[in-house]
Amino acid sequence: MSAHNYVPSSKLGKWFNDRLPLLSLSSHIREYPTPKNLNYWWTFGGILTFCLVAQIVTGVILAMHYVAQADLAFESVEHIMRDVNYGWLIRYFHANGSSMFFLAVYIHIFRSMYYGSHKSPREVIWIIGMIIYFLMMMTAFMGYVLPWGQMSFWAATVITNLFSAVPFVGESITNWLWGGFAVGNPTLTRFYSLHYLLSFLIFGLVILHIWALHIPGNNNPIGIELKKPSKDTVPFHPYIVIKDLFALLIFLILFAFFVFYSPNLLGHPDNYIEANPMVTPNHIVPEWYLLPFYAILRSVPDKLFGVIAMFASVFVLVILPWLDTSKVKSAIFRPLYKQFYWILVLDVLILGYMGAMPAEGTYLLIARVATTYYFVHFLVILPVLGYKEKTLPVPLNITEPVLGGSPNPDMVKKKELYD
Amino acid sequence: MSDQKKLKRRDFLFTASYAIGAVGVGAVVWPLVDQMNPDKSVKASASIEVDVSSIELGKSITVLWRGKPVFIKRRTQQEISEARAVKLEDLKHPEKDEDRAKDPEWLIMVGVCTHLGCVPLGNKGEYNGWFCPCHGSHYDTSGRVRKGPAPKNLEIPKYEFINNNTIKIG
Repeated sequence: MSAHNYVPSSKLGKWFNDRLPLLSLSSHIREYPTPKNLNYWWTFGGILTFCLVAQIVTGVILAMHYVAQADLAFESVEHIMRDVNYGWLIRYFHANGSSMFFLAVYIHIFRSMYYGSHKSPREVIWIIGMIIYFLMMMTAFMGYVLPWGQMSFWAATVITNLFSAVPFVGESITNWLWGGFAVGNPTLTRFYSLHYLLSFLIFGLVILHIWALHIPGNNNPIGIELKKPSKDTVPFHPYIVIKDLFALLIFLILFAFFVFYSPNLLGHPDNYIEANPMVTPNHIVPEWYLLPFYAILRSVPDKLFGVIAMFASVFVLVILPWLDTSKVKSAIFRPLYKQFYWILVLDVLILGYMGAMPAEGTYLLIARVATTYYFVHFLVILPVLGYKEKTLPVPLNITEPVLGGSPNPDMVKKKELYD
Repeated sequence: MSDQKKLKRRDFLFTASYAIGAVGVGAVVWPLVDQMNPDKSVKASASIEVDVSSIELGKSITVLWRGKPVFIKRRTQQEISEARAVKLEDLKHPEKDEDRAKDPEWLIMVGVCTHLGCVPLGNKGEYNGWFCPCHGSHYDTSGRVRKGPAPKNLEIPKYEFINNNTIKIG
């Protein structure tokens, strides 16, 4: 927080700022010192903010036309698609928006893991981020149920039935979640209410996420703590703002491709059949962004332990800052971690693919191996690597790798500062 | 001495206040939680009557009861003998076929897979009974789980024959 001494130039501004320091906040954001070596992987925070706002805007509009009632919901979605002016555009934007949101959040999370952004002193940013991610999954799941197609209905059935694995009170919990003895109208109306609520809860947590980020400041590709502000930083505005906007434009090209040219590519055709509690579609799959977790659930032959493994796979991410014991943050200086990192990326992609395939034969075997490796990576490899790995020398500041270990008097001074 | 006494009285007051407060919060929260449980209209639709006179031997129908599908299967002699020949120790959830189908010809059960709630498909799977397409559970001709992640047999609802042609479920 560097903008404490900011004074507005106008008298009115000063009068207002003394009573509510919004202008100080705005000045803080503009001048916020940002590492000058941030690459394009750092632009996904801005992209994610755009995605959230876009989902809220389109969602509020859809809520004006959608009817949350089991007999009318499916029809009202078709009404939005056919009758409402630009309804098709707004719905396709919202539906594909969730996929774009998850694509961006996965890149954002894996970027953090590569450059060690989850490590001290940024653990709280990471944990809030993981809570946001978990809420995103819940929100996306409940939103997927609302069109009340076959996939909606059976996704709701399978996911809520996860809780029936709880010993003794499982059935009471599922009946409570459903408001009946099966998924039905009461389930639809409460999912609608919560879907709406959760998006704003996420919005609140995003503010905390950014607040927590502004305390230590951004991590950077070489993963060292910088003196801020200094020669190693640039002000957020205009440098980062322009870079973020440029990245957002590129991202929007992909977004527009899905919305305008293949709006149903990421969906499932069965969801254009109205929900039927008598018939389960032959092959039910969740949306692509939940597939790795679905694969973990299915790879465990026991119902209760399958559910536990699935929740544990998210929980190990939450405690990642303490599982990754290495003091060096960036994978650039961790030759072994870098390899294990890419194996993990591959492992998660394999899990995702297996989640989309039927749970039998070779697919099941591969899913089991990949599930085991997932947990081994976080619970065995990462803690051990911190002690065993021989890391490369870490530069003292951003300019050092460019200028070499030069006897630049400025740098020698800085070195003393860091020591 | 008097100081200590005062402190004790204050401790008591604090604890009592917290306790009353907790009870009060609980009393307020309970209606907010309980409203999500099945309501009176849902509970009222608890039983249905089904005419089964048109079901041929070896065929089954599916009816909706409490929002769930119920299979009513008229079993062939072969299916009955297959179900009754199974040894109890081969079963994951041991139940005699005699207990599941009082009238051996009629098997009535909730058509919801005990794994994660999908509707199993009839005349499929490795045991000629039901097969759940979602996560691959196999059920035999008595609806007992034989293979796959499902922990239990398909549930038998409460039912009775009102007359030769009508079954009351629930």
